[in-house]
Amino acid sequence: MATEALKSKDFVTDQDVRWCPGCGDYSILKQVQQVMADSGRDPQDIVFISGIGCAARFPYYMETYGMHGIHGRAPALASGLKAINKDLSVWVVTGDGDCLSIGGNHFIHLLRRNFDLNLLLFNNEIYGLTKGQYSPTSPLGRRTGSSPMGVIDTPFRPMELAFGAKGTFIARSMDRDPKHLREVLQHADDHMGTSFVEIYQNCNVFNDGAFFTFTEKATKKQNALFLTQGEPLVFGENEEWGVRLNDLRPEIVSLEQYSKNDLWIHDAKDRFKATVLCQFDDLKNGEIPYPRPFGVIYQEERPTYEDQLENLHNQAVIEKGSGKLDQLLAGSRVWEIM
Amino acid sequence: MALTIKEDVTVLFAGDSGDGMQLTGNMFTDTHAHFGNDLSTFPNFPAEIRAPQGSLAGVSGFQIRFGSIEIFTPGDACDVLVAMNAAALKTNLHSLKNSGTIIANSSGFDSKNLRLAGYENNPLESGELSGYQLYIIDVTKLTRTALSESGLGQKDIDRTKNMFVLGFLLWMFDRSPDGPTEFINQKFKKNEPVRTANLNVLAAGYNYGETTNTFTSRYTVKPARLAPGKYRSVNGNQALSLGLVAASEQSGLQLFYGSYPITPASTLLHYLSSYKNFNVKTFQAEDEIAAVCSAIGASFGGALGVTGSSGPGVALKGEAIGLAMILELPLIICNIQRGGPSTGLPTKTEQSDLFQAYYGRNGEAPIPVISSRSPSDCFWAALEASRIAIEHMTPVMLLSDGYIANGSEPWKFPNTKDLPGITPPLARPGQRDEKYLPYDRDEKLVRKWAIPGMEGLIHRIGGLEKEEKTGNVSYDPVNHENMVKIRAKRVEIIADSIPAQELDSGSPGGDLLVIGWGSTYGVIKAAVKQALAKGHAVAHAHLRYLNPFPKNLFELMSSYDKILIPEMNSGQLKHLLQGRYLIPIEGMNKIRGIPFTSKEIEEKIDSILS
Ligand SMILES: Cc1ncc(C[n+]2csc(CCOP(=O)(O)OP(=O)(O)O)c2C)c(N)n1
Ligand code: SF4
Ligand SMILES: [Mg+2]
Repeated sequence: MATEALKSKDFVTDQDVRWCPGCGDYSILKQVQQVMADSGRDPQDIVFISGIGCAARFPYYMETYGMHGIHGRAPALASGLKAINKDLSVWVVTGDGDCLSIGGNHFIHLLRRNFDLNLLLFNNEIYGLTKGQYSPTSPLGRRTGSSPMGVIDTPFRPMELAFGAKGTFIARSMDRDPKHLREVLQHADDHMGTSFVEIYQNCNVFNDGAFFTFTEKATKKQNALFLTQGEPLVFGENEEWGVRLNDLRPEIVSLEQYSKNDLWIHDAKDRFKATVLCQFDDLKNGEIPYPRPFGVIYQEERPTYEDQLENLHNQAVIEKGSGKLDQLLAGSRVWEIM
Repeated sequence: MALTIKEDVTVLFAGDSGDGMQLTGNMFTDTHAHFGNDLSTFPNFPAEIRAPQGSLAGVSGFQIRFGSIEIFTPGDACDVLVAMNAAALKTNLHSLKNSGTIIANSSGFDSKNLRLAGYENNPLESGELSGYQLYIIDVTKLTRTALSESGLGQKDIDRTKNMFVLGFLLWMFDRSPDGPTEFINQKFKKNEPVRTANLNVLAAGYNYGETTNTFTSRYTVKPARLAPGKYRSVNGNQALSLGLVAASEQSGLQLFYGSYPITPASTLLHYLSSYKNFNVKTFQAEDEIAAVCSAIGASFGGALGVTGSSGPGVALKGEAIGLAMILELPLIICNIQRGGPSTGLPTKTEQSDLFQAYYGRNGEAPIPVISSRSPSDCFWAALEASRIAIEHMTPVMLLSDGYIANGSEPWKFPNTKDLPGITPPLARPGQRDEKYLPYDRDEKLVRKWAIPGMEGLIHRIGGLEKEEKTGNVSYDPVNHENMVKIRAKRVEIIADSIPAQELDSGSPGGDLLVIGWGSTYGVIKAAVKQALAKGHAVAHAHLRYLNPFPKNLFELMSSYDKILIPEMNSGQLKHLLQGRYLIPIEGMNKIRGIPFTSKEIEEKIDSILS
């Protein structure tokens, strides 16, 4: 067991970090290392698992156990690991292509099973490692190396997909808000079940500024809606805007006309509110898009897969007694030849 | 009445897939197994679960050969054909011996059944079966009569008609109905009306034989002279599952089986998922890629990771098998082969995935390949595949096929204290401050297995080329070439610890060596036995190890004038051995979804040696 409190530098490996200078991945790495240090967990009990992509280089840079797997399959690798050792703290790091395109099937099944692990989706709305093709989150019309005339595939909204896949913890944060990112990661770590965190990550080489509206000082407050459990939904340069629920519709209201008491109070446990929050990315108020929610959108308590699996095994031992190989080999009908 | 004593008999139960022929066959088999006959079975299913009733496509068959002599195959041709309907007769008549016995259920030959089977005239009446001994029984009607007072509905009554057939055949072969009675009592202990109905119909079938004078002959087959000991009956997938559990116990490792259902591998998942009171976890994944990856994740975590599928699924697993190979983690991939390519012949057997096992991955990715040769041998093959996977830290391809997966035979099962031990090369927890070298190797080129949670061994592994010893990512050209060679050598080195290739029959040096692998074992053995009896200088070698080959194989092959390899493919082993040893080999190939008959092989041997 680790005796002294660890620092974030204790999670730095001897490998050179190979992301492009200025890539959003650096900041995420730093915050994750800090959160790991703060968690007080022994590094030998932590495992980072990834697929392929720029994001997926992550395990090489974490001084924990780790596996850099194959494209899209990290959720499956992590599921097997967690099924046989529930005591490990398992973190899956994945990109938007890795997670939602080639690994889309594993992603949704991971969420519905609810292994107790964390999945960090570094969403840069582009294929970084393969040099700039559009991804399943690239917006319509985006021109990329493989869409010179603009994307025609309607993008996924990762949180909406996670919700539909029966995820029990759905959150969003961004590379350029370290404090917020750390808070969300801590919540994810605390959650018992699969914690899905979408992280807006700037790819300054192939998709620079994709999220600047939400991450940069000039526009952030007007366009990002930071959610806090039990608090009203307010945003704006001077917190002058709020969201209220008018019947089933979320409505942007001015706090000059309404008081905070009239507003939608964030409750991540509320399934209905979560479904509506997941729609915000596509909603518009006339020509103006709704503010984009960040924070813990949804959280639900549900038994984890590994606990249920363990229960089945305990139950089998109670019903049949712990297995005896000789009996198993003999089966139920034996005859003897003298 | 005459009771003719026979050395061996082959019976084929054939009927509509809803007629319960598999169950009948299994109960009939069980009775003979307990009596002490040696035997071998061959269930043959249609691809559709419920093809249209009465259609040719819907015929399900169960063939059993039992004897007082050693039995290696389920029989080339049958002595008795039970045909529950016209389609069953039509599809199986070709495998009945001349003047063999047909037992036909006449109500399965009404105009509708005849039409579906494509008969213009009723063969039971037309005289076209005059070369056989034909017994016509109205099984449906007799069953209904037997249960006229049971209070059961017509559908439930008709469902028991297979018990009539079973009862009758037990009478015909002079076997007591005690075993099946006990089985019915167990199976339907919670459903009294159905239990009594089945028992009554079973008795009715038996008594029918006893009381009608139509049947002039009964047969009996004496117990076989099997080696003394305790026996059970086992099918291939059952034995394979047991072998994996045994490997888990012998190595002290948790067993993890990740799989996605596919014929004929699915029952592995069924068996293993019922062993939850053992140290066995099963995971039905969302697809084959997830299945193999979950097994790799489990192996990374210190379990014995296993995945199982058939050819199409193994194709999907290719990339991940390459990952396990470069990671150098234990993994077993069971391929229960079926007819290919693509979806091919899902319920039929073939040996056409040997190239896939060898080459089905990108890059230079050799892995050991092990094959099983009979239902009970699947146990030993699985245990050996596990030993190699664990002790050499490598994925291993374990080949079986639909024929032995579903076929069953008596098995003198081992006592666990006689099973070999398996030693996982676990790393010893180290000092926190020392740099751990995950790709440091021993003299067998095996790295140590350091498992997350262990102290002082923190490291990262991945699918990118790695530097020897440190495991750090390396694009160095010389290092890459070196690593490719090391990984190839790791497989070759396994030849040092496997037994020399032995002859199954015949003696070293001679005119002809027949080489086989996998499920052709029984038919080759039987054919070579006949050839030896005729005085031919022939021998039979059956390969368990397909990669690497046993070290003495070349020498053994060179001591014969000719080599013959019968395979249920276009010559894949032949190609591998020729390429490797530059020895001319004659191939014998059957790609029809059905096994060779021993007669076919015998004739081939004769033609080569004449
Ligand atoms: C089976 C397979 N197909 C394709 C690739 C090529 N490939 C590598 S990364 C990648 C996309 C990565 O995009 P994303 O997951 O968004 O990660 P990013 O690089 O943006 O962090 C692709 C297509 C591969 N490595 N393996
Ligand atoms: S390509 Fe984009 S995502 Fe990849 S390292 Fe460079 S900046 Fe980061
Ligand atoms: Mg991306």
